Order: sequence, then structure tokens, then C-alpha cells
Amino acid sequence: MRNYIIRRVALLIPTFLLLTVLVFLLIRLMPGDVIELMVMQHSHEQAGQTQVDIDAIRSMVGLDKPFMTQYWDWLKGMLHGDLGSSYWTRRSVTGDILGRLPVTFELGFLAFLIAQIVAIPVGILAAIRQDSPGDYIVRSIAILGVAVPSFWLGTMVMVFPSIWWGWSPPERYIPLTEDWWLNLQQFLIPATIIGFGMAGLEIRMLRTTMLDVLRQDYVRTAWSKGLRERTVLVRHVFKNSAIPVVTIIAGQIGVVIGGAVILENIFNLPGMGRLFLDAINSRDYPYITGMNALFSIFGLVMILITDLSYAWLDPRIRYR
Amino acid sequence: MTEIPVTAGNHAPKRRSSAADFVIRLVKEKPLGTLGAIIILIILFAALGANFIAPYDPLQSSLRDKLQPPSVTHPMGTDNLGRDLFSRIIYGARISLYIGLGASVINVIVATLLGLVSGYVGGWIDLLLHRFVDLALSLPSLIILITLVGILGSGWLQITLIMGINGGILWTRVVRSSVISIRENTYVEAAKTIGGNIWHIMRRHILPNIMPVMIIIFSVSIAGNIMAEAGLSFLGLGVPPPTPSWGGMLSADGRRFMYEAWWLAVFPGLILTVVVYGVNMWGDAVRDLLDPRLRGGIGRYGTRIKVKVNKIELIKNHKQE
Repeated sequence: MRNYIIRRVALLIPTFLLLTVLVFLLIRLMPGDVIELMVMQHSHEQAGQTQVDIDAIRSMVGLDKPFMTQYWDWLKGMLHGDLGSSYWTRRSVTGDILGRLPVTFELGFLAFLIAQIVAIPVGILAAIRQDSPGDYIVRSIAILGVAVPSFWLGTMVMVFPSIWWGWSPPERYIPLTEDWWLNLQQFLIPATIIGFGMAGLEIRMLRTTMLDVLRQDYVRTAWSKGLRERTVLVRHVFKNSAIPVVTIIAGQIGVVIGGAVILENIFNLPGMGRLFLDAINSRDYPYITGMNALFSIFGLVMILITDLSYAWLDPRIRYR
Repeated sequence: MTEIPVTAGNHAPKRRSSAADFVIRLVKEKPLGTLGAIIILIILFAALGANFIAPYDPLQSSLRDKLQPPSVTHPMGTDNLGRDLFSRIIYGARISLYIGLGASVINVIVATLLGLVSGYVGGWIDLLLHRFVDLALSLPSLIILITLVGILGSGWLQITLIMGINGGILWTRVVRSSVISIRENTYVEAAKTIGGNIWHIMRRHILPNIMPVMIIIFSVSIAGNIMAEAGLSFLGLGVPPPTPSWGGMLSADGRRFMYEAWWLAVFPGLILTVVVYGVNMWGDAVRDLLDPRLRGGIGRYGTRIKVKVNKIELIKNHKQE
């Protein structure tokens, strides 16, 4: 098991380096860079911009150095927790990200919680009552959860309560420490929408694998031993169905982050998703590079945890 | 998850059934898949014949008719510039389908090429490709798409290519694992023994056998691609306006007017949901019909645990929002 872990961790490093080099290269290869945008904005304020100014700004943000030097500096900074500073405002990228992190984390955590609370019991019920009306209803709703775009659902929730009852979610973001009740009101709807999308996939997955496991010989043995239904379902069936579901859950992190980008946009929450979109729109490259690096570290660690829990749940993988 | 063998054992690949056979089985065994196929055909028809079907020019604004509720003359109402929403949705089908189908074609091409190389040749190429796969897996697709569109600029060509390549890399694993299972067959061994070179073996022995996988990848990835395009357009990173796209109609610019005009919020999202639902059903049906390991009883083909893993791979790739 230890060798397995070491090998898996060692393989993460080249992947991470590959990502950062790719993002770095792509950004610097592209024409029409941020400097021209900045000069254009400046020239609104004062006429007579010259090549000198462009060069001055370029060296101010460090884009005049050779590529490898830039990359190396960035990598060193990152290992010290410094992701550089904004081209426009000179604010620290790390500071900004840390400031926004709690919002996205809360959103993601709530969404995850909602998805699990819904998906696990519903998935189990759909499997043990296969082909019952309940099963059909659950399956149709689960498929809808995958087919309904989160941005449409979010838009509808914004628009219709406002038309019918004149109700709309609070405009201003209220931190958890200020008023937890208002804060929860603000987060619950977007979190439910993300959670709904997650649950849809998970229910389908859980149902399929449960049905597989329910037909296994050892489950028949468990029944014929006279075990209680609860024991058979939880100890024998659910535990064995959990393995594929765990992989799905890790993949869901992508759904959460993607959902956060979209729903923070709709519901006016100042989280990482909004920060990311703003950075893209203003071509503030240190943010784009930094957040991509952060997301991918997060994703790689999730992949690792999945693989490890996989190995932990299924000894056949561990001992191969 | 990089080390898990994905395919079932060394079952001899079955003869492919003819197209007619496939249609008959689709209609007989998969009512929802048939419904999906019908939805796709209708939308395809609308997209191709938009010039003839749409009652109005989707770009023609007439401020006199702005924000009209649905009526006989404007079945889905008009938007803030007085453009007919029904016509815009019909034209929007073009963007959705062209980009969705185009990206899916590229998905298949990229996944097949990379999967063939990494599965058959293996070695350091395989190792390198796996890093790319891990990379694409580690980041949410939406983040990758936004980043690349942000850097490369937004236009239908860029979006199609970006979605095609990104998705293709993710699907590589599925192709790779079927290539590996086919590679172990005696007939490949025999072809090698009589001196068949690598291109010959790939073209004559491997490629025909991964055809079902290629068709599955194409069908299953359409829904995700359509959804991704709509998401990008919603965020203002898709095909630039005034070109009508379903996601774009729901974006922030449109949202301001939805409080007075509910139809602007309902119809584009509704049609998108119906199409994604239909395409999803179609993809599922194609997968079930073409993949012998997923058909019918468990354990008939290969061992059980391997069947399960294969399903995970397919379902996991299924969501590419």
C-alpha cells in the first residue's frame, strides 16, 4: 500500500508541471496581450502613449524577461504561497483567492451535502424497488438532473419568484459571521441547484451498481443465512456498491467548481468562480494561471484520494 | 484510476449488425432512445432548414414590437429588441448542433488517434499521454474551456476545436483500453507473425473492432458538448452576439428583461433541456445496443468487476459540463 501511494504521488508532479507550463506558454504565445489593453485604457486618461510606455509596463509586470525565467520565478513564488499580483490593481493574487475561497467552499460544501442526503437513500430505494412506479419517477427526475442546465434553473429561480411574489434573493453578499440565517438563505438555492445536478448522476450510478451487486451470489448467501434486510443491504450490498460511487463523487468536484462559476455569476456571490470570470474578461493572467494551478492541485489530490479509497475499499487493486 | 483495466476479457468481437438491424433494435428495445432520435431529427431539420421554417429574420429588430408576449404572430414572443424569439431559437439550433456535432466528431478523431497510439504502441508515449489525461481530468471541463476561450478568443471555430480536443483527450482512456484488449487476440498475433506492419494491423484489425466504441463516443459526447457550448455562451464566452444561441439568450444581458417578459427565460432553456434530454437518451441507447458487455445479463461477457468498471468510465465521461 505504501509503495502504491508513493508511486501515485510521484506521478502527480509531472502532471502539475505540465499544466503550469501549458498555461504559461499559451498565455504568452497569444497576441493581443493585456499590455495593449492597459495602454489603451491609459490613453483615455492621457494622450500620447508611446512604445516606451508599453515597454515600461511590460517590465513592470515582468513580461520582458525570458520565458524560462518568468516560469521559474513564478514556480518559486508559488511554492512560497505567492502567486504574483494583478496586472491591473497590483493586488496580491493569493490574498484575493484566499478572500474568495470561503464563499465557494461554503457553496460547494452545501451542494455536496445536499447531493449526498438526496442521492444515497433515493438511489438505494430505486434499486431495491426496481421497476416500481417510484423507481420510474426517481429515474426520470435523475435524468432531468443531468439534462437541465444549471444556468437555466438558476435564471428561473431568480425570475419567477420575483414575478409572482416579488421575492428575490438578497442583492448583497452577507458573510456567515455577520448573519448566518441570511447567509444560509443566500446559499441554499444555488447550492440546491448544484446539488441537484450532482445527485442526478449519483443516483443513476448507485442504482446501476446496486442492481449489479443485488444479483451476486454472496448477496443470495446473505439472504439465505437469514440476515436482516438492513444488514444485507448496508453491509453487503451498499458497501460493495460504494466503490464506483466514490469515483463519481470525486468527479463531482468538477461539477461543483463549474457550477460555482455559473451560479455565483447568477446569484451575485463573490466567490472564486466570479473572480475567475472577471480575470478572464480583463485578461489578468496571474489570476488565470494561479487559479488554474490551484484548481488542478485540488483536482489531482481528489483523483489521488479517489484512487486510494478505491484501493482501500477493494483489496484486489491494492495487491496487484 | 489510471491503472484500472477497463475492458472485459478477451471475448472475440462480434460481427457488427447492419444499420437497418440497428434501427429495428432501437425502435423495439429502446423507446426512450427512439424518442431521443426523433428529437435529434427534428432539431437537425430545424437547423438545416432554418431559412425556410423561421417566420422572421432572427436578427431583424423592430422596436415597435419589443417584449411582445407569445401570440399567433410571435409564437414565443419577442425580445427587448423586438426580434422574434421563435425564429431566434430555430436559428440557435444551428449553433448548438454545428458546434455540438462538430466537437463530437473531433472527440472521436482525437480519442481514436491517441487511443490507438497509446494502446498499441504503449511505452513512453502512453506514459506521456496519461499525464495529459490526468491533467484534463484534474481540472473541471468548464474551467479548461473558459481558460482556453479566454486565451484563444471566442468564435465557433475555437470553441469547437477546444471542446473537441479536450473531450477527445478524456475519451482516450476508453479507446485505449479496448485497443489493449483487442491487441491480445490471436488474430493480431497471427497478423504480426506473417509480417503485417503496424499500420496494416491498426487499419485492418484494430480499427474495425473499435468502431462500436467510436460510435458510442460520438453519440454519448454530443449532449455534453451542446451543454458546454450553451454554458460558455451563457457566460458571454461563446459565439459572440448577435448570432442567436440558446445559452446566449439566457445570459446576463437578456436576464434584465426577463422580469417583465417571462417567455425570454422559459423558452430558450426549455428547448435546450429537451434537446439535451433527447440526445442523452439517444447516447444511452446507442451505448446499450452497441456495447455487448453492457447488453442483457451480467457476467455473460467477461467477469463482473470489469463490467462495472467499464460502466463507470462511460458514465463518468458522460458528464462533461
